[in-house]
This record gives sequence, C-alpha cells and structure tokens, in this order.
Amino acid sequence: MAQIELKHVSKKFKDDVVIEDLNLTIKDGSFTVLVGPSGCGKSTTLRMIAGLEKQSGGEIWIGGRCVNDTAPGQREVAMVFQNYALYPTMTVRGNIEFGLKNKGIGKQERQTLISDISEIVGLTPHLDKKPQNLSGGQRQRVALARAMVKKPKVFILDEPLSNLDAKLRNQMRTELIQLHKRLGTTFVYVTHDQMEAMSMGDEIVVMDKGMIQQADSPLKLYHDPVNLFTAQFIGTPAMNVMNIRDVQGLELEAADRVGFVGFRPEQALIGVNKNTEGYCLEGEIITSESLGAENIYQIKTGSGVFFVKTFLESLVKTSRVSVVIPYEHLYYFQSDGERIREVYIRSQQLVSAGGL
Amino acid sequence: MTVWEKLRPYSMVAPSIIIFSMFFIYPIFYMIYLSMFDWNFVSPTKTFVGLQNFKELLLDADFRQVLSNTTIYTLLTVTLTTGLALMLALWLNRKGVFHAFVQGAIFSPHIISLVSISLLWSWLMDPEYGLLNWAIGLLGFGKLEWLSHPSTSLVSLVIVAVWKGVGYNTLVFIAGLQSIPKDIYEAAALDESKPWTTFMKLMLPMLSPTIFFLVIINMIGSFQVFETIAIMTQGGPINSTNTLVYYIYEYGFRFFKIGYASAAGVILLGIVGILTIIYFKLLSKRVHYR
Ligand SMILES: Nc1ncnc2c1ncn2[C@@H]1O[C@H](COP(=O)(O)OP(=O)(O)OP(=O)(O)O)[C@@H](O)[C@H]1O
Ligand SMILES: [Mg+2]
Repeated sequence: MAQIELKHVSKKFKDDVVIEDLNLTIKDGSFTVLVGPSGCGKSTTLRMIAGLEKQSGGEIWIGGRCVNDTAPGQREVAMVFQNYALYPTMTVRGNIEFGLKNKGIGKQERQTLISDISEIVGLTPHLDKKPQNLSGGQRQRVALARAMVKKPKVFILDEPLSNLDAKLRNQMRTELIQLHKRLGTTFVYVTHDQMEAMSMGDEIVVMDKGMIQQADSPLKLYHDPVNLFTAQFIGTPAMNVMNIRDVQGLELEAADRVGFVGFRPEQALIGVNKNTEGYCLEGEIITSESLGAENIYQIKTGSGVFFVKTFLESLVKTSRVSVVIPYEHLYYFQSDGERIREVYIRSQQLVSAGGL
Repeated sequence: MTVWEKLRPYSMVAPSIIIFSMFFIYPIFYMIYLSMFDWNFVSPTKTFVGLQNFKELLLDADFRQVLSNTTIYTLLTVTLTTGLALMLALWLNRKGVFHAFVQGAIFSPHIISLVSISLLWSWLMDPEYGLLNWAIGLLGFGKLEWLSHPSTSLVSLVIVAVWKGVGYNTLVFIAGLQSIPKDIYEAAALDESKPWTTFMKLMLPMLSPTIFFLVIINMIGSFQVFETIAIMTQGGPINSTNTLVYYIYEYGFRFFKIGYASAAGVILLGIVGILTIIYFKLLSKRVHYR
C-alpha cells in the first residue's frame, strides 16, 4: 500500500526535454491510468517511478519515502512490461521464482507462493514450460504472476495488453480490474487507448507533450474537461470543434475571448421535430455507419465536418438534415485551448423543425 | 514441359556443383584412396599397402606427440580466445568513442595476413632483441626463450593465435549481447538481481548459442593451424610445436611420402568431421529463444 508523489519531476534526454515540472499524486490503492498520444512521456514517467530511468530533477516519493536514490529492486515496485520481458531461458516457474530467490526467500515458502500465484492466474498446468511455448495471453499472465508474487506496494503496467487480440484484451482487462479489487494495491497503468483508460481507471491522468493536461475521474474527464486537448482526447468519436469564426447565429458573452466551440457527437440531435432549445446546424450526411445499437454519421455543414452519434434509433436515410445541439451541451474554449465555463448566450435562434 | 524446362534448374546449379566436386569432393576421396598406397609423388607406380600407413602412424611416437601438441594447442587457444573475448565484449558493449576505438583496434589483427603476423611476432618474441623480452625486462623479470625453447614454444604460438582471433570473437559476442532485449535487464533489476546473478542466470544462458558457435569454429580452426608454425617454428624445437597439418605438409611435400601424409590427412578429416557433426547435432537440438 503506498501513495506515489511526483514533485517537480523533469526528464531530459541529452538536451531533449521530455518532461518538465511534473506534479502528480497517485492515491494509495487507486487504479491510476496514464493516457496520452504516442511519445508524450507516459513510459518515461513510469520508468522513473520504477527507478529504471533517473529523473533529471525533482523528487519521487513512494509510500512516504523519497526514493530518488533507491535502486529499482528496493522500491517495492513491480512492473509488467509491454513485451512481457520474460526470461527466455527459464521456465515459467523459474521466471516467477527468480525475484524470490534474489530476495533470499526459502525454498519451502517459494513453493507455496508460486503455487498460490499460479492458481490465481491459471498457470498451474504450464509451470514447467518455457515462455516461447506459451500463448500471448499466457505470457501476459506469467508477467503478472512474476510481478504479483513479490507482493509489491505498487504495480506498474506499461501497455500490458497492447500485444493481445481484441477479445483477449477485453478478458484481461476485466481480470486486471478484478485483480486490483482483490489486492487493493496501487496500480499505475499506461495506455494510449482512451477507451481502455476510461473502462479501467478510477483516476485518469491525461498527458500531452510531457505535461499533465488533466487528472480526474473518468466521468469528470468526460463531462468536465479542463481544456481542448482533454475534450478531444476522451470520447469516440472525438468531440467536434468549430473555430468561432465559422460559428454563425451564436452571440456569446464571456469574460475571456472564445476561440473554439465544441460539442460531443452523442449529444447532438438529428432531425428533431419539436422545438428544442439549441444551436442548429444544417448539413448533408456524407457517411453513415451502423454498429447495431449506435449509428455514427459524418455530416458536412457550413462550419465544417462533424460526427454525430445516435443510440437505438433507426438510421436516418435523408441526405440533408438539421442537427441541433442543446445549449447546455456546448463547450467553449479560449484560443489557447483553456476551457471557459462562464458563457452566456445572448441571441438564441429558433430551431425550425427538420424538413418543414 | 519441355526437356529444357526440366533441365534448367540443374543447369543453373551445375557450375557450383562442378566446382564443389572438383575442388572438395574429389580431393577428399582421392586422399582416402592415396592413404592406402605407398607413393612418392613422381614415380608412375603406386604400391597398395592397405592400412599399413595408419598402423605406422599410430605407432609413430612423433605422430602421437603431434596429436597431443595439436590438442593442447587447440584447448588453450579455444579457451583463452573465447574467454577473453567474452570478457572484452562485456566491457566493450556500450557506446562511446573510446570503446569503439578499442573494438576496432582488437579487431584489426583479423584482417592482417597470417604471414605478416607470424613475421611480426617472430620479431617481437626474439629472445635477444625482441620487444617482449625488453618489456618484461623493464618489469624486472628474466628473459624468456619464447619460440626457441620446447617448454614455451607452443604457448607462444597460442598467444599469437589468441591475439589474432580475439577481436573477431569479441565482435560476435557483442552482437550476441546486443540481441538480448534491454527490458530483460530491467526486469532483472526490478527482481533485485545482483550483477553476478544476472550474468550467470540470464546472460550466459542466453549467450550459450553464441559461445557454442565460437567454440566449435575456433576448434576447427585451431586443429588446422599451419601458417604460424610453418613460418615461426617449423614444428621445432624438438618437435614441440609440430601439429597435424604441419606434419602432413612435411611428410607430403618435404619427404614425399604421399600415402603416409594422406593417412594423417584422413585422421584430421575424421577429427574435424566429428566436431562438425557434433556442432550440427547440438545446434539442431538447442532451443533458441526468439
Ligand atoms: N532513451 C531515450 N533517449 C532519448 N529519447 C528518449 C529515450 N526514451 C524516450 N525518449 C523520448 O522521450 C519521449 C517520450 O517517450 P515515451 O517512451 O515516454 O513515450 P510514450 O508516451 O510512452 O509513448 P508510446 O505511447 O508510444 O509508448 C519521446 O519523444 C521519445 O523519443
Ligand atoms: Mg510507451
């Protein structure tokens, strides 16, 4: 059990600043997910926590102890690598046992620990196989078992599911969530897949270019993004964004200049017959995808191309449609991407019913 | 399908098959054939003697010394070259101008002809004027006889062979080390593995295919050592550096006992053949990691 604190942490590779002044508290027992586009410094952050990479500045605290000068093995952190990093010349048993042996744990105790762990992750029939004779999912479990058996205070997982196929990934996702519940240990999980982040994390840290954009619960991130980056990063399809120059018929009043207006595809309404208070766009459906329960339309309007998502409705067949976004579902941002919350709409246009 | 279409693939490989047969297959069989005759290279008649040549060889004390010289030379050369190369590779397996320079420096003997190397080392090891004796003299040690004394001559040749071979071996080891994924070391660090444990339990097993390859290649090479001996010692003093190939050369081309030399050649072929078979057998059994 341990809380992790990063205080003013920075990281340079030669002259290349990858992370600058990162401040983050990862709560004890939380399942924290670091998410962000490729190359934003997620792995680097994780590796600094694990001690595999030395930070260029700042302090890292694990469980109330500054670990700046603590070797990786002494930090009570276990890591699951993207490519598993299993020891190829050792059997599954050997892989799990290696850390225990190095800790000087007796043979009897090792046996018990190994059989307990392999029971949990379902590896008992494979203990004497070499990693190269295992399937991807089984290797993943070995990596997990190897991490778990050491009873670490912190689990660190760097895109552990990215090498698995979609079905297995879903299954392992659920297993990891259950595992976290069962162990109650702090999990720090890296992914670049925001869906994975949303479904697994109870705390999500959105990163971009080495900086934390927002750290919040999944729902808060979705409903209350603090800036344009988070707003567009979370959700599929991404939030639709219009430059204020392309927005017509919307007179806004705010303390800061509004640069962008955005709305979520799933909050726009297509072809409503009754009058709905909202911002109205006329456009043409370019493509429509039906995924069964939901339909996704790509609509071309005077202000740009937008995505609209509907649930449990029949597919709209007409090509010209009007799209209404209720005013309360509009998001406003400054031109530097900062969210503006206090915005008043002066002139509210009347929405005419579609097709009439 | 026309006849030509059927023949075409064969015609394509024919040149290499012909050359291979002419220069490899035929001489081997001819050597085995000759090993059963008494012949002096020039006389028109060859006398069939059966296995007499082999019997003489095995009863010849000189030949037994030659076999033991060759074995000692091989064991020393192979262990020292491989061991030293592994240590150098562990040291050189990092980036940096200095390391790149050392790597290049120790590799350079590999591309120098053995004749030049032999001449160079004959001079270095000269008991009177050689650089080596001068150097150990500076350190306060007495002079060594190097190539001129039976007790040091074979070891001196081993030194030359190690000097020539270690660079190439190091390079192969470095390649082997670099094929070990970095995250394995990181996983080991998180598993609190000490450097020695990491080396013994992870690196050495993962390098075993490389070690094995080098040991066999070096063994086959050492068993056939010739140039350095021909130039530096001519098998002397008192037969102390006479090895299989040099022995064959002497009997074949100095004493013109072709049948006898061929019999020794057959024995060499047998030894090298066995080593090669072991190599391929073990290689196919070995579990290579991805
Ligand atoms: N050893 C290194 N030397 C130099 N630059 C590095 C090194 N490791 C990472 N970087 C740089 O640091 C930046 C962040 O890398 P990092 O691996 O943390 O990204 P990431 O967020 O994990 O991306 P991905 O989702 O693709 O794994 C990248 O621009 C990368 O080029
Ligand atoms: Mg990464």
